[in-house]
Amino acid sequence: MAAVATCGGDAGSAGSAVATASKSNVTSFQRRGPRASGTNDSGPRLVSITGTRPSVRNGQLLVSTGLPALDQLLGGGLAVGTVLLIEEDKYNIYSSLLFKYFLAEGIVNGHTLLVASANEDPANILQELPAPLLDDNCKKEFDEDVYNRKTPESNIKMKIAWRYQLLPKMEIGPVSSSRFGHYYDASKRIPQELIEASKWHGFFLPEKIPSTLKVEPCSLTHGYIKLLQFIQNIIYEEGFDGSNPQKKQKNILRIGIQNLGSPLWGDDICCTENGDSSHSLTKFLYVLRGLLRTSLSVCIITMPTHLIQNKAVIAHITNLSDIVVGLESFIGSERETNPLYKDYHGLIHIRQIPRLNNLVCDESDVKDLGFKLKRKLFTIELESGFASFHSAHF
Amino acid sequence: MFPELNNLLNTTPDRAEQGKLTLLCDAKTDGSFLVHHFLSFYLKANCKVCFVALIQSFSHYNIVGQKLGVNLTMARERGQLVFLEGLKSAVDVFFQPQEKPHPLQFLREANAGNLKPLFEFVREALKPVGSGEAGWTYPVLLVDDLSVLLSLGLGAVAVLDFIHYCRATVCWELKGNVVVLVHDSGDVEDEENDILLNGLSHQSHLILRAEGLATGFCRDVHGQLRILWRRPSQSTSQRDQSLTYQYKIQDRSVSFFAKGMSPAVL
Repeated sequence: MAAVATCGGDAGSAGSAVATASKSNVTSFQRRGPRASGTNDSGPRLVSITGTRPSVRNGQLLVSTGLPALDQLLGGGLAVGTVLLIEEDKYNIYSSLLFKYFLAEGIVNGHTLLVASANEDPANILQELPAPLLDDNCKKEFDEDVYNRKTPESNIKMKIAWRYQLLPKMEIGPVSSSRFGHYYDASKRIPQELIEASKWHGFFLPEKIPSTLKVEPCSLTHGYIKLLQFIQNIIYEEGFDGSNPQKKQKNILRIGIQNLGSPLWGDDICCTENGDSSHSLTKFLYVLRGLLRTSLSVCIITMPTHLIQNKAVIAHITNLSDIVVGLESFIGSERETNPLYKDYHGLIHIRQIPRLNNLVCDESDVKDLGFKLKRKLFTIELESGFASFHSAHF
Repeated sequence: MFPELNNLLNTTPDRAEQGKLTLLCDAKTDGSFLVHHFLSFYLKANCKVCFVALIQSFSHYNIVGQKLGVNLTMARERGQLVFLEGLKSAVDVFFQPQEKPHPLQFLREANAGNLKPLFEFVREALKPVGSGEAGWTYPVLLVDDLSVLLSLGLGAVAVLDFIHYCRATVCWELKGNVVVLVHDSGDVEDEENDILLNGLSHQSHLILRAEGLATGFCRDVHGQLRILWRRPSQSTSQRDQSLTYQYKIQDRSVSFFAKGMSPAVL
């Protein structure tokens, strides 16, 4: 597997750095890397990819999380090559919603998806994605037009949404939405055509065959090994890391892993304090991050950290992730009836923001953030109970 | 490197002390700016640097290094910098069978292993190569960060052993310096981390501790830096000198000021 050393002359082996350092990148594919900002000395610029934009601060490539409010809090978006860890709320209601927004954003932008879950079939997850609001003015008309596209009267029906007449009939979604970050209607399902037009890979743990990787037993939980192999395979086969000479990929791979760390993955980190596989999850995160850093991909992970018994492990996991966002919903807690919180469904804690390619990071001044879910909007705002001079209402 | 920090530490690249272990520690904040400082400091001092970067990729350090005035790519090409990129190597060691021991071999092992392959890598990287070598002043080992090794399953004792071997080779035998970063978990009860931190604190000559402010987040003061000079080998009758400053990180530098004397406040 020629996954090694297409870019960068350094090798992991001892002492050969001097010899290999003189080998410069002579492959035709000059991968600038997910964090390339134009400061490297040679190589062509990265072709612009749908659904990405360079960061204002350092030119790093960003994608939207699917929630424009969250994008703003994270400094413009999620950097390509990083991991967004969502600490689930107690009943996994809002974290799974954020997960779905992320995937829906991938479909709307034409990114490739990789959905991994141990408890839900990825095909079902995709069916439940929220419908995008593609254009504020014509959204209702456009929805009707999508379903009427096959009929010959479609020319007449297109009257209101006249600009869509010029578009090729089969292509929807990626062509009509060039914005960064979209809004979704949580009460409607995503149109079937969008799912069928998108490229996605599913990893449903109960269906996978035993792995062939020769790793010493119990080094990593079986489920994690299979998932890592799967992800690495997709990245290599589809050319997201530029090492496959046959494939020249200029698209983003969005990886979504649901409920990582739960017992369904075979991990006992949520059951006991010092189990056998206590470092399985951290090793998984480490290797995953290594895969992400060397490819055009971005990953969202939801994790039931409230179940993890050993609190030191949560600190390790936080250090091994790039962005960590914690959700705390008010359902079932005494805060539900607290007048201070009556406008909100929960609190959102930005626990960690990375300093990538920079000494400083885009830490927002605001630390007390509440969220509420309305039908078409997931808003995050300063809690009105606390004194604030301007409410950051996105 | 940050000129203000050099003043506080009373060093310059030309006349830095040798044979020292420096411990960088952060609690409730991000102390990585100290790593960038020391990396650029020792490269400017014309030292041969072995950087074990376990937490971020090469391009991250390179881009920040350019803001601080060093070019890591060129340093690597001319042999001044030996860079072990942990994230990339982890992918290699995990998915491909290795013939000879890889520095990150412990990732494949089930039980808590030891860091012997990593030490061999460091020793190989920093050993003085013949007389034809462009004269680097002295070797430096930089590790970012050691807490990652703990979270990947190694025991505190294994990491302490590794540092001990490195000190014996780099500090004593080769008269170089060692700089390591450890996270302080604070009130979270992480026994292994505490053992590591305490063990290293006893051995270090200089401890730089970056702490978040006790009162929480502030836009103008990002944290507090505690500097502690120690003399581990000498008698304890001499008091260790300690200073505390507050700092604010900017795009290309870090400014330090005495507590309460932030320009925003005055």
